[in-house]
Amino acid sequence: MEIVIAIVIGILVTIGTYLLLSRQLLRIVFGSSLISHAVNLLIITSGGLKKGNAPLLGEGKIGFTDALPQALILTAIVINFAVTAFVLVLSYRSFKANGTDDMEKLRGNEHE
Amino acid sequence: MKPNDVILQSVTKVAVVIIFTFSIYLFMNGHHNPGGGFIGGLSTAAAVVLLYLAFDIEKVRENIRIDFKKLAALGVLIAVCTGLGGVLFGEEFLTQAFGYKELPIFGKTELTSALIFDTGVALAVIGTAVNIILSISEDR
Amino acid sequence: MNNLLIMPVIIPLIVGMVLIIFHKNIVLQRALSLFALFLSGFIAFVMMNQVREKGIQTLQLGGWEAPFGISFVGDMFSVLLVLTTCIVSSCCLIFAFRSIGEKNEKLYFYPLFLFLIVGVNGSFLTGDLFNLYVFFEVFLLASYVLITLGGGKKQLRESLKYVFINIVSSAFFLIGVAYLYSITGTLNLAHLSFRIAEAGQDGLITTIALLFLIVFSLKAGLLLFFWLPGSYSVPPTAIAAIFAALLTKVGIYSIFRMFTLVFYHEPQITHLMIGILAAVTMLLGAAGATGYMDVRKILTYNVVISVGFIVAGLVTMTEAGITGSIYYLIHDMIIKALVFLIGGTIILITGTSDLREMSGLIRRHPQLGWIFFIGTLSMVGIPPLSGFLGKVFITQGTFETGYYWLGGIGLLASIFILLSMIKLFMNAFWGETILSEDEEKGSIRGLLFPIALLLVVSLALGIGAEGIQAYIAQATEQLLNPSLYIEAVLK
Repeated sequence: MEIVIAIVIGILVTIGTYLLLSRQLLRIVFGSSLISHAVNLLIITSGGLKKGNAPLLGEGKIGFTDALPQALILTAIVINFAVTAFVLVLSYRSFKANGTDDMEKLRGNEHE
Repeated sequence: MKPNDVILQSVTKVAVVIIFTFSIYLFMNGHHNPGGGFIGGLSTAAAVVLLYLAFDIEKVRENIRIDFKKLAALGVLIAVCTGLGGVLFGEEFLTQAFGYKELPIFGKTELTSALIFDTGVALAVIGTAVNIILSISEDR
Repeated sequence: MNNLLIMPVIIPLIVGMVLIIFHKNIVLQRALSLFALFLSGFIAFVMMNQVREKGIQTLQLGGWEAPFGISFVGDMFSVLLVLTTCIVSSCCLIFAFRSIGEKNEKLYFYPLFLFLIVGVNGSFLTGDLFNLYVFFEVFLLASYVLITLGGGKKQLRESLKYVFINIVSSAFFLIGVAYLYSITGTLNLAHLSFRIAEAGQDGLITTIALLFLIVFSLKAGLLLFFWLPGSYSVPPTAIAAIFAALLTKVGIYSIFRMFTLVFYHEPQITHLMIGILAAVTMLLGAAGATGYMDVRKILTYNVVISVGFIVAGLVTMTEAGITGSIYYLIHDMIIKALVFLIGGTIILITGTSDLREMSGLIRRHPQLGWIFFIGTLSMVGIPPLSGFLGKVFITQGTFETGYYWLGGIGLLASIFILLSMIKLFMNAFWGETILSEDEEKGSIRGLLFPIALLLVVSLALGIGAEGIQAYIAQATEQLLNPSLYIEAVLK
């Protein structure tokens, strides 16, 4: 199972990197979002993928999963959600103000 | 042309009540079972967003006169101040307490300081989520 | 257990939230935010003396024991930085009162400023790797909004790059956290240090160490500083100053924390790498600082040089080197805020940031000119000003351990700092006065006070170095002996 997840993470990072390197702002936002998702998958895998019970300790239950990575990605997902929302609004405002969403044109020059 | 959203509006009127109820259930359930302030808050926010979708933003604003930025701030304040409660009693920051009490209708009920903390979390999540959706959809 | 540790994080947070609720009342905003910073500074001062008397202070949040819960740890190094943060940010805040403009003040400037301080103080005090990530995100999110405050074209454009760079580096941070967790099974810094010391730092862990080095280098501007000049030159002056003073320093702090506490077993790989990065950073920064004719660009490249110089002290891992780094770090936080505020004031007066279009400001603004001159001398390290001791100790450390090239480049970089700053001084303040009183673009009324305050702090740090020597020595001792930290946290 871990190997499958590892491959999935690899694919996500590949696509994310490709999108990050493109010129359109919206694609870059998607790329950064995809990379963050890949990282979240990585964290959940880092605790080991186990079948079994929910990460709540109870009587007579054994083989519970590691709760820490789940707590970590919950936090990471929320932060990622906030950042992505912010970047979307920022990109939109930048598009409105600068009149372009092409990173090549948003480069700026030395003398202004 | 005004789109015809009679079906959406009629469904929303019923669905919002169900979602609100369910989110309160999720919220109260969270102490020992899956659920809690975060999920409860998110589902409440989903209901509010559904209202915004079905009716006009202006119309909803007239009827729900809550500034969601302030709601989020209030939520964080409640959560942090609950944490400070522990400090007042000479314990570590964020220490929680719980006890059992006989209440009139509910019978023997577990009362926890984590519930107040979770209320703060729920308010913060509702405020933030609705706010984000509003600022993305806002177009000037 | 010491609940004071959480206070520099909680107080600005609570006040910030209250200010969001009352965001229209500007007088209240100003008074409360300044009060919050003073109170946090006072608490940091109290903590400093507690650490001095009783050693490293810890707080286990919620009463959960060390490796399981989140720890807050105040050793002398972090407490000193928290204190400096509070002092510097108060001065920048006072500067902002006069300069930020009413429109920005109503756009949640003060709450955001306080959240930035929450994140920075939290990063200094936390003893948990994931918590460090969270506090990084807190101050980064605040800084994303602060950098776009006002929403000018150029600001939006540069902030996009700043945001994307930081999203990618945050992703790398999390990757490092995930790897480290899967190898060691813990994220508590003290416990990490303990486990890695026990199991040995093998190749895999060294690789992860380098991954963390990349992450923190991006934040600190160590070699990976290419985003820095653009994004630090667009926001309003008070914000640019607080960025220059604090944000890169959090990255430096993290490098110090990770490479003295956790990854200190393979210095011939990791620390040598840091040394090379530091040397290249100083050289590139020097080239930038001398090459540009733009006030803000020159100042930002000076930030880059000092990052390289501070980190050079870490490379040595000797008492002298680390002592020098701590001295210079504190000095640099103060002096960078000082010169950025002065730079912003110059731009305010002349209406341009191009050095070729300004001249002779000293006739109309003698105080500003001379404060800038003293600041320059301090940056270069003329005794008895505050930069001197740091430079001496770092250079001594590098020479003691045989890193002659590193020490040499550090001294060379100092000359370039002098060159660039004197260039700024000569062009802006010396020469013929070309602006009459009426032609000045803005009034500096009330702006000199925070600048003078920072100068006084800087002078006190330089002349009173004897007085804080004991504190710095303790900070050095705690950094060089990870066992002290581990014992304090894990008991």
